[in-house]
Amino acid sequence: MAEMTMIQAITDALRTELKNDDNVLVFGEDVGQNGGVFRATEGLQDEFGEERVFDTPLAESGIIGMSVGLSTQGYRPVPEIQFFGFVFEAMDAVVGQSARMRYRSGGRWHAPITIRSPFGGGVHTPELHADSLEGFMTQAPGLRVVIPSGPYDAKGLLISSIRNNDPVIFLEHMKLYRSFREEVPEDEYTIDLDKANVVRKGTDMTLVAYGAMVHSSIKAAEELEEEGISCEVIDLRTVSPIDIDTILESVKKTNRAVVVQEAQRQAGVAAGIVAEIQERAILHLEAPVFRVTAPDTVYPFSQAEEVWLPDHQDIKEKVKESMNF
Amino acid sequence: MVFKSPVEGIEEKFEMIQILNEDGKIVNEDAMPDLSDDDLVELMRRMVYTRVLDQRSIALNRQGRLGFYAPTAGQEASQLGSQFALEQDDFILPGYRDVPQLIWQGLPLYQAFLFSRGHYHGNQMPEDVQALSPQIIIGAQITQAAGVALGMKRRGKKNVAITYTGDGGASQGDFYEGVNFAGAYQAPAIFIVQNNRFAISVPVEKQSAAKTIAQKSVAMGIPGFLVDGMDVLAVYKVVQEARERAVNGDGPTLIETLTYRYGPHTMAGDDPTRYRTEDMDSEWEKKDPIVRFRKFLEDKGLWSEEKENEVMEKAKEEIKTAIKKADKQEKQSVTELISIMHEELPVNLKEQMEEYKEKESK
Ligand SMILES: Cc1ncc(C[n+]2csc(CCOP(=O)(O)OP(=O)(O)O)c2C)c(N)n1
Ligand SMILES: [Mg+2]
Repeated sequence: MAEMTMIQAITDALRTELKNDDNVLVFGEDVGQNGGVFRATEGLQDEFGEERVFDTPLAESGIIGMSVGLSTQGYRPVPEIQFFGFVFEAMDAVVGQSARMRYRSGGRWHAPITIRSPFGGGVHTPELHADSLEGFMTQAPGLRVVIPSGPYDAKGLLISSIRNNDPVIFLEHMKLYRSFREEVPEDEYTIDLDKANVVRKGTDMTLVAYGAMVHSSIKAAEELEEEGISCEVIDLRTVSPIDIDTILESVKKTNRAVVVQEAQRQAGVAAGIVAEIQERAILHLEAPVFRVTAPDTVYPFSQAEEVWLPDHQDIKEKVKESMNF
Repeated sequence: MVFKSPVEGIEEKFEMIQILNEDGKIVNEDAMPDLSDDDLVELMRRMVYTRVLDQRSIALNRQGRLGFYAPTAGQEASQLGSQFALEQDDFILPGYRDVPQLIWQGLPLYQAFLFSRGHYHGNQMPEDVQALSPQIIIGAQITQAAGVALGMKRRGKKNVAITYTGDGGASQGDFYEGVNFAGAYQAPAIFIVQNNRFAISVPVEKQSAAKTIAQKSVAMGIPGFLVDGMDVLAVYKVVQEARERAVNGDGPTLIETLTYRYGPHTMAGDDPTRYRTEDMDSEWEKKDPIVRFRKFLEDKGLWSEEKENEVMEKAKEEIKTAIKKADKQEKQSVTELISIMHEELPVNLKEQMEEYKEKESK
């Protein structure tokens, strides 16, 4: 076991899979010699050579379109989109093409692509660098969307994603890259891509979150504990598919839920979860299932980030609103 | 093989256009632009001023007093020579590094600082500046430029749309689409590709099998030029001619300026020593646009150390004043943000407006 940051765990997962399978290719803008703008691919070109880890020309649509093509030749592409806000440049290649490859060839071809990309607010990146766009992706049939909340999960989930034979969007919250370390096994391990993780046990309230919001939820839960409210915290790990069974099991026990997302309120992952809960467990609920989200504006680079981003205080307020309902 | 590519060796047709060489000597008298002594001095003043602005911006960024900043030193001739060829009503579609062109077109300095800080007031161009705010998404401005130019043509304006991207940006699909559209509509657009040899860390050689970016004009059926981007006279001249063609109805031009950025890609943690050698840096510093233009002007008796110091002092003063003014700008609030999302607030935002008013009053 070694203590690793999330970025180190990601590099470690990439190294593991590059070693395991010659068909794994890692590429994107600045991922070669530079090791990626966040150093996620640091040292990998030196270790595996430019044939396996390489820079591409600057074109996201080219990067993902090429990944689809490489898939037909038995490769397992692990492209990087430098910041997830740039995925709009590649929307057809991702959603219109890679996600439909298996379907439109009747299974003759498939696209075992893992698109890695940093996202998320709070680190003072400019326009279209911080946006939480997972909601768009979860609307695309054929894709899986994975969002780790820390180093241990990142390694296991990334290895599972690379080994999965369908396209996976693997979103890495920038705020978590270096914010804390965790024990991460040096050996390979996988984590299911359709199983949520109960990260904190509780009896009065179910908090459902993913990515950085898992940590805000845990913090809220710790503070609420002192006020006598016991919160269970579920880390979704994957937002497509959603492990609704784990959520329901918890809600049936706590009878209340608050769903937390960093993304804007309209549509989105949280809205879908609220719908699922009320459809399947309405008689277990003591209060409406609430959401904590950002407002329906663009992400405000640098100026109003702190107010705009949901935090543990917002979560605590919603929990109390539910408890007092 | 029976068939030989008809464009083999095409790059040889794209010789680099230079007027003023590294030693400050005119090497192409016939191409010398028609600029008065005052114009020449003004060009120099702007380059020196902009170099100071770059140094100060880097320092301010390190002190945490600026936000997003992409250094410009090395690219002054390419940026300011091209802007100098514009008329006030021409339309600029800049990339994130092209703030100096906006400033010399009339964007107040304090607003440039607010742009860096992510305040939307920094993106609000004054009435007499026809420009979009610097584009972050590489290539997006290029297709838009074709639209601005087509619109101008249809309105019968005698103006051009000018857009800037980098050597990396020329790999985007949007680049080919935008330049091709402008060609198809013979729209009055000028596409400048500032080839500073790197897209963050990726060397230009990895972007394409083509030896130059200028030669891509051949495929679009429009004029294309390769220019010494460290030579302010050459850049000015080529852009000025492109402008003339455009307003005369002769369509767009693609211009590649060969240049170099001395600093890091942006101030957000880029480390150029990971991908550039010191030798390469110093080789390019020898081509410096200010050094050679200074020699040229001094030989003509138009410039002196005193004059340069004056410009530098004035720049520092004005930067200080502008930063103070930027500091006075109230921080952008979420309610303000909500209010500028639509012309008319939709219902969801009306509700959220109330919610955030309360939040922000706490
Ligand atoms: C669509 C898109 N992809 C990637 C980026 C990230 N990025 C910002 S600048 C840059 C390199 C650009 O290089 P170049 O076009 O040569 O311009 P330069 O910065 O050298 O002026 C990259 C990859 C971006 N901003 N937008
Ligand atoms: Mg460049």
